[in-house]
Amino acid sequence: MSDNNQPVLDIRAVSGGYGDINILEDVDLKVHAGEVVVIVGPNGAGKSTLMKAAFGLVQVNAGEVLLSGEKITNISPDRLVHKGMSYVPQERNVFPTMSVQENLELGAYIRKDDARAQMDRIFDLFPKLKERRKQAAGLMSGGERQMVAMGRALMIEPTLLMLDEPTAGLAPAYVHQVFDWIRAINDQGVSILMVEQNAKQALRIANRGYVLATGRNRHEDTGERLLADPEIADMFLGGR
Amino acid sequence: MEFLQLTYNGLVLGSILALGAIGVTMIFGVLRFAHFAHGDLMTVGAYVALTFVHWLAWPIWLAALPAIAVTSILAVVLDQLFYRRLRRVAPVILLISSFATALMLRALVQIIWGPDNQVYATGISIPYRIAGLVITPDSLKVLGATALMVVVVHLFLAHTKMGKSMRAMSDNVDLARISGVPVKRVIFWTWVFAGALTAVAGILLGVDTRLIPTMGWNILLPIFAAAILGGVGRPYGAVLGGLIIGLAMNYSVLFMPSAYKLAVAFIIMIAVLILRPQGLLKGISL
Amino acid sequence: MNYLGFYHYGIYFLTTAGIFGVMALALNIQWGLSGVFNLGIAGFFAVGAYASALMTGAPDPEHWGGFALPLIVGIVAAMLTSGLVAFVIGAATIRLRSDYLAIATLGIAEIIRLVIKNEGEITGGVRGLTGIPSPFNSDNQLVMLAIVLIAVVVLYWLADRARISPWGRVLRGIRENEDAAMAAGKYVTRFRLEAFVVGAAFMGLAGALYASFIGFISPEAFKPVYGTFLIWVMLIAGGSGNNVGALVGTFLVWLVWSFSSLLTDLLPGGLATQAGAVRILLIGLLLQVILLARPEGLFPEKSPPLIGRSRKTRGDIQQKHS
Ligand SMILES: Nc1ncnc2c1ncn2[C@@H]1O[C@H](COP(=O)(O)OP(=O)(O)OP(=O)(O)O)[C@@H](O)[C@H]1O
Ligand SMILES: [Mg+2]
Repeated sequence: MSDNNQPVLDIRAVSGGYGDINILEDVDLKVHAGEVVVIVGPNGAGKSTLMKAAFGLVQVNAGEVLLSGEKITNISPDRLVHKGMSYVPQERNVFPTMSVQENLELGAYIRKDDARAQMDRIFDLFPKLKERRKQAAGLMSGGERQMVAMGRALMIEPTLLMLDEPTAGLAPAYVHQVFDWIRAINDQGVSILMVEQNAKQALRIANRGYVLATGRNRHEDTGERLLADPEIADMFLGGR
Repeated sequence: MEFLQLTYNGLVLGSILALGAIGVTMIFGVLRFAHFAHGDLMTVGAYVALTFVHWLAWPIWLAALPAIAVTSILAVVLDQLFYRRLRRVAPVILLISSFATALMLRALVQIIWGPDNQVYATGISIPYRIAGLVITPDSLKVLGATALMVVVVHLFLAHTKMGKSMRAMSDNVDLARISGVPVKRVIFWTWVFAGALTAVAGILLGVDTRLIPTMGWNILLPIFAAAILGGVGRPYGAVLGGLIIGLAMNYSVLFMPSAYKLAVAFIIMIAVLILRPQGLLKGISL
Repeated sequence: MNYLGFYHYGIYFLTTAGIFGVMALALNIQWGLSGVFNLGIAGFFAVGAYASALMTGAPDPEHWGGFALPLIVGIVAAMLTSGLVAFVIGAATIRLRSDYLAIATLGIAEIIRLVIKNEGEITGGVRGLTGIPSPFNSDNQLVMLAIVLIAVVVLYWLADRARISPWGRVLRGIRENEDAAMAAGKYVTRFRLEAFVVGAAFMGLAGALYASFIGFISPEAFKPVYGTFLIWVMLIAGGSGNNVGALVGTFLVWLVWSFSSLLTDLLPGGLATQAGAVRILLIGLLLQVILLARPEGLFPEKSPPLIGRSRKTRGDIQQKHS
């Protein structure tokens, strides 16, 4: 915490995966305070695996992960939550039979207070959730579910929010909105690491981006420059 | 009139199934395995209460308290001794382990309390007759106790942090864990909760019929059917499923020999598994 | 026990062990090879026993059947009937996840028992069927033993061939990744159904042998404790997936089970009447200890191992679960 330049999240030469097989090989990644960092790459590149490795859901076999300078390699997720890290998985990211409000309450599980104020702030960000407070999350549309998922993760007022493909499966109109929310969340001082398939749009709002392929870093640069690089656009950003 | 009587009897049986099924469904939801020893845990609860009724001459509602305590503790002990370690290896092995546990509990009951039929209270209680309906005082106790328990369960699940955590884990364990829900602690309390309900279900079964070491095992299949019908991991569904299975088993005597009541529960269960595996409440918030 | 008594007991022991061995090998085809979870062994065993008894038994005005046919006809009838019952049930349920399949098969076995109890005109009801002839109506116990051993050897040979055949390899592949396999659909379902039916047919064969050996059957003999639970203990103790293990496990567990009665005979008066329950308690404890200490059994499956693998899906997070 002493060094201002210290990254919020620092992934150093991490190798790891499921069981003995390493999916990730020697991956480096940093998120500085206040940044939005995007990971892009083809399907099966290991993007989700990298996030899970940072969040203690996947075994790290070599290298280390630091959170604001503190070593958190292979620490279990329920302890990381206490350190201000929050994660929204790619799939199954709400409690389907529980109401919107209960989803948010679960997000605040570790808080000692009743988290009323934070819930109100989330309702300000997503007014629709306030309207539908009593509705079961599983019965909502994809976009609404994404609001619930993000809202749940924000309940602990995280310093770092990790989002795995927040726009997956959403209608184009909604995709736009999701990026607006992410910017709004970031404006409140939350550092953000996200994986995105809508790479071009994501890189536009990102401070920096990483290109991951077959479990390795391929490129790292500012969002704009990655967007401008024709080779990368060709290889990894597809036609989108 | 016969139909009305069958409906009443179905609700009584359904109440007992419902209480058993809430426990089964929560274990299924939170721990992802079908707990085959559940019926025999009911039996243990029923017999512990019997001991207090006979030995200290306690009324049944008071004897229920130590029975609940013993059954809950036993459930936790079984989990710690056997299931906890197997969870890490392979989920299906838990099924075999719980099947073994079922037999062990039944054997233990037989060793401690003997193989013969027993009852809580001897003597004949005079049934009420209302509009041709025969209502025994015992059956009223069953309905009343079930109603009370369902209210308690509802308050617990809907309004306490632990209750919500259990529902959350049964909805999505992974998400609960990454939200910081202390999984081990919730598992512990799930066993306590399921054990308590199981004891009450067992006692009510004993009140409604009589006590034999196989009483719980014999009712396990309809309880599973109720839990599956209501949707695994869904306590309110379990109550609904219990009542429907109880009614169906009783109505079945209208068109088939009563010996095949069990088969009716089974056929409903298979049909649900094939046609609507997420249960009746799929797509409904409860 | 004098020499003669010892000799007779030895033959009795080996014959029953052989019948259990057939069932353990049959279960190994279903569970060990294919990962098809069957908690209804007793049901298929019962169907086989009754089918054979009705074919081979003497005519009896009290119930249907009693055609006094030779044992071989009884065996064929047993295997066909058990296989057919398994096919009908399996066609409906084989696609279910393991835990549901376990419940379903357990339910089937209970319903089969209900049917046997209540359809007395065919099955003799609770009184059972008596006077089932031994093979060739011979008094010589060695004849029965020889037939049982032949069945064990033939089944062992078949099961071992099946394991290394392309069919067996497909089944093992399916078993290794149940969730993915379930999604793969029809083709997988057919293979699993085949394994289920073949296993059940051999459980039926064991039933036929049992009926002929004991000479009397009733619904009591087909409770889950003996018909299902013991077989599981045998297979797991020996090593599921391994046919030698299945046979050794059968032998050892049957030895323990048989000799535990010597132990329970030593119990003080009151408890002596509960000897059966005490034995079940002990054997249950034995299984729990095996599951905890050596889940792969005495003879682990060569490769790939069945138990101890982490599940592919959910495995990532599951590992943190304790
Ligand atoms: N639970 C798991 N067990 C074993 N292997 C897995 C598991 N989850 C993913 N993998 C493998 O890890 C590799 C990387 O998967 P990952 O989900 O990280 O990719 P991704 O970049 O997020 O892809 P997508 O764009 O499709 O989400 C893939 O080859 C995948 O098959
Ligand atoms: Mg991914």
